[in-house]
Amino acid sequence: MDLFLIIVSAALVNNFVLIKFLGLCPFLGTSSNVESAIGMSLATAFVLTLASVASFMLTSWILQPLGLMYLSTVAFILVIAALVQLTELFMRHSAPLLHRVLGIYLPLITSNCAVLGVALLNVREQHSLLESALYGFGAALGFGGVLVALAAARERLVMADVPASFQGAPIGLITAGLMALAFMGFTGFARL
Amino acid sequence: MVAALLTLALMSLLIGIVLLWLGQRFQPDENSVVEQINAVLPQTQCAQCGYPGCRPYAQAIAAGDADINQCPPGGQAGVQALADLLGTEARPLDEARGLHKPPIVALIDEDRCIGCTLCIQACPVDAIIGAARQMHTVIADECTGCELCLAPCPVDCIDLVNRPEPFYVWPAPHILPIRVRAS
Repeated sequence: MDLFLIIVSAALVNNFVLIKFLGLCPFLGTSSNVESAIGMSLATAFVLTLASVASFMLTSWILQPLGLMYLSTVAFILVIAALVQLTELFMRHSAPLLHRVLGIYLPLITSNCAVLGVALLNVREQHSLLESALYGFGAALGFGGVLVALAAARERLVMADVPASFQGAPIGLITAGLMALAFMGFTGFARL
Repeated sequence: MVAALLTLALMSLLIGIVLLWLGQRFQPDENSVVEQINAVLPQTQCAQCGYPGCRPYAQAIAAGDADINQCPPGGQAGVQALADLLGTEARPLDEARGLHKPPIVALIDEDRCIGCTLCIQACPVDAIIGAARQMHTVIADECTGCELCLAPCPVDCIDLVNRPEPFYVWPAPHILPIRVRAS
């Protein structure tokens, strides 16, 4: 039950994009159409889950025994960059079609602050290995769901009669703000 | 301080070595069967073979799922080239997939084009340029004559014409071999 709560908490109640406001650049940058949003959220989900496991191993096996916890941010960025490289290598070899679809989005994940945020929060919450993995997975679920939802909304907004000064990015930002307001309704739904 | 620097340096070194090794190990194999078959195919991306493009067809041939006579643009010569490459016997082109035609390109009758962008989305090689409610046109050099843009056009303004003779062809460079003396 606790493990399920971790997923729900990371995906909905403490949604990384709309409540914690992490990873906003890919959220707004890749949400102009649903197809690329789905690609981006799949790639991010993969990296997020892997990165939270890897950062847990790094913290508990290397940084903590050596008393080097102040290095965690730098070390996490290093590991995340390596993981993204690894994902890209692997995908290019085993699924070239998917690699072609995702294209530039893959290396972009390195600079997604939600990935670093999950790694750092895992340390602060003192999660175990399984909890870390689930927390990362839940964060990925939340990120992907919200990204695809915003992309779908923005695809419809293209057709809508928006005042000239609000067209494009401004109306996208307003939509994201309204979604964040709606997500505040989840507060108190699960405590973690 | 020293421990921190050492840890970071060691981590970077280790990750770098692992990535380098994996990068060399998982390099896309240029000489693989799929690549060789793909090089023989005409790259029209017309999907007449029943696969979404030339590369998926090449993969299917390599996996043994598809026959070598399913590519109408390649014609009988293409089937022969595939047979030579794979060391199998050439067979007549599968006429059910379509007939081999001389090289053609699409041409948009620009007076009738309404700028609906449907043909742009259908084009597998991005050879059509234009924007919504703007006239479209075909880049003849990029067009493969795959005919995929004909069906989506709502006003039937796309025709297929014979590929125009190029205005000027650069002569092939005449390169003399370099002689290397043995001693």
